[in-house]
Amino acid sequence: MSEAVQDTNAQKPPIADRTIEEPSPAERARKRMFGHFGFMFGAIVLLGILAIAFLAPLISPHDPLDQQLARKLIPPIWHDSPKATWVHPLGTDQFGRDYLSRLIHGSQISLLIGFAAMLISGVIGTAIGVAAGYFGGKVDMVVNFVITTRLSLPVVLVALAVVSLVGNSLWIVICVLGLLIWDRFAVVMRSTTQQVRNLDYVAAAQAIGCSTPRIIFAEIMPNIVNNLIVVATVEMAHAIILEAALSFLGLGVQPPAPSWGLMIAEGKNHMLFDPWLVGIPGTALFILILSINLLGDGMRDITAPENRN
Amino acid sequence: MLIYALKRLSIALLVAVTVSLLTFSMIYLSGDPAMALAGESATQQDIENIRRVYGYDQPIIVQYFNWLANALQGDLGHSHYLKTEVSNVIFARLPVTMTLGACALGFALCLSIPLGVLAAMRPNTLIDRFALTLAVIGQALPSFWFALIMIFLFGVSLRWLPITGSASWMNFIMPSIALGYYVTPAVMRLTRAGMIEVLSSDYIRTARAKGLRPSVVLFKHALRNAIIPVVSLAAVQFGFMLGGSIVIETIFAINGLGQLAWESILRADLPMMQAIVLVLSCFYIVLTFLADLLNAFLDPRIRVS
Repeated sequence: MSEAVQDTNAQKPPIADRTIEEPSPAERARKRMFGHFGFMFGAIVLLGILAIAFLAPLISPHDPLDQQLARKLIPPIWHDSPKATWVHPLGTDQFGRDYLSRLIHGSQISLLIGFAAMLISGVIGTAIGVAAGYFGGKVDMVVNFVITTRLSLPVVLVALAVVSLVGNSLWIVICVLGLLIWDRFAVVMRSTTQQVRNLDYVAAAQAIGCSTPRIIFAEIMPNIVNNLIVVATVEMAHAIILEAALSFLGLGVQPPAPSWGLMIAEGKNHMLFDPWLVGIPGTALFILILSINLLGDGMRDITAPENRN
Repeated sequence: MLIYALKRLSIALLVAVTVSLLTFSMIYLSGDPAMALAGESATQQDIENIRRVYGYDQPIIVQYFNWLANALQGDLGHSHYLKTEVSNVIFARLPVTMTLGACALGFALCLSIPLGVLAAMRPNTLIDRFALTLAVIGQALPSFWFALIMIFLFGVSLRWLPITGSASWMNFIMPSIALGYYVTPAVMRLTRAGMIEVLSSDYIRTARAKGLRPSVVLFKHALRNAIIPVVSLAAVQFGFMLGGSIVIETIFAINGLGQLAWESILRADLPMMQAIVLVLSCFYIVLTFLADLLNAFLDPRIRVS
């Protein structure tokens, strides 16, 4: 790469031409973005799911909570069954609720919990991680201790216990998850801040007498935000999986809400004869998490190409 | 080495004390534990009695130290529901969960280390891409759903494996895979990255130049060094798996600690829940402590810093 730059310099084209020959860093990043299969796949699928979640009341063909026992357990249309109908493309569950509508509305729950829990854990983890990385010394020791303590608590078990004791509403699940999964944010933000804080421009900012908040928000944060976004995708996927597991065990989102984890739990008892009851929401969950993970992996590749291996 | 070990030990003890404090405070999450225990039809007198019998009338700090002192002597309390000593039940169930965790870890390592080594030997080839794809898919599969799919395929349709229980080794195959596959991507990536780094180092070039057989270079010289970080990751993941086995044990009806935790949560059996969280946390603390010591023993640079 540096050779190529030197070559163009050696030919000395007019400055106006040179800007055309050499794309700006932003342009190069955009090129890498569009050329990265995983990133594009993840971004498009996630945008699609987001659109579905936002348009849920408009696009879902039926009321997701409407029970009609007369039409229960209709198989999806690809089943070779006389009962399969285009009125219910993905069939109905054991209470006669339209499965496609439940799936569409379920995306709202997964995305809301994933995003909100990620936001809470992100704020906590970033705050203590950046503080530990920037101030070092005693602060670092305390933060390290807090992270170690948090890691030694089993997440699923503690989440289940707390939800069972405090009560289970959507917001309690979000808060419990948010308060539990900040560890990766803290670990990654701590180490990246440690790297950035020793750079010359931070020393320069300190030398000209910038206040500590200014240095952290104007000098350090912009340079660690790439890593922050990558961790945010990982933790969003993590929160979605945890919510599904909690709901699957009956202590997350409560029926009749169409959480995908809850749909799998409800379909479990009918799995023998109607395996699609478990297959469809599980596939939806898999695709959502896959797209978030691919987006995060792609983001890491694009922002730090040297980390590809 | 001794100084490092002592320093590390004191941190581990401090973490254990903090965890015990957190675990203890769990009973106050639901408000008044005596009221919760007494139920809705209890009179004020009943609640007062329960408060006195279980010691909830004492200052919280006294309660905590009583609880901790008992826990240190192996007495983790009395189960309200099962009417027995909590520690007896836990230590009867612990071996099952340990077996499951060990099998799951074994499965994960057997799959991920060879794949990671192969991927590192031929980076950016078909096998590398295959390993990477497997890792990406593995990370996106919710374990409880994967477990259900396996039950449907191998248990119900093909009838190869038993679905529930923990009677024979056959019962442990599917749960181990369901619990272990989630760890595979992380271990595989770490093995691959470590191997790529080591294989490009000078001493490997020297070993090759000496004319050593490729297998000797790969296993005796390269893998030995690349595997060091994997050891501590495996220890950490083993701890996570014991905590995460609650979902898998519930699905496969395995009579281990996870299912006990699940049942206790449903019965609101607080002493049992507390004890399980405490035991699993302490187990994790011991595991990471041992892994750190092992790492310091294998890599002298850690001891110094």
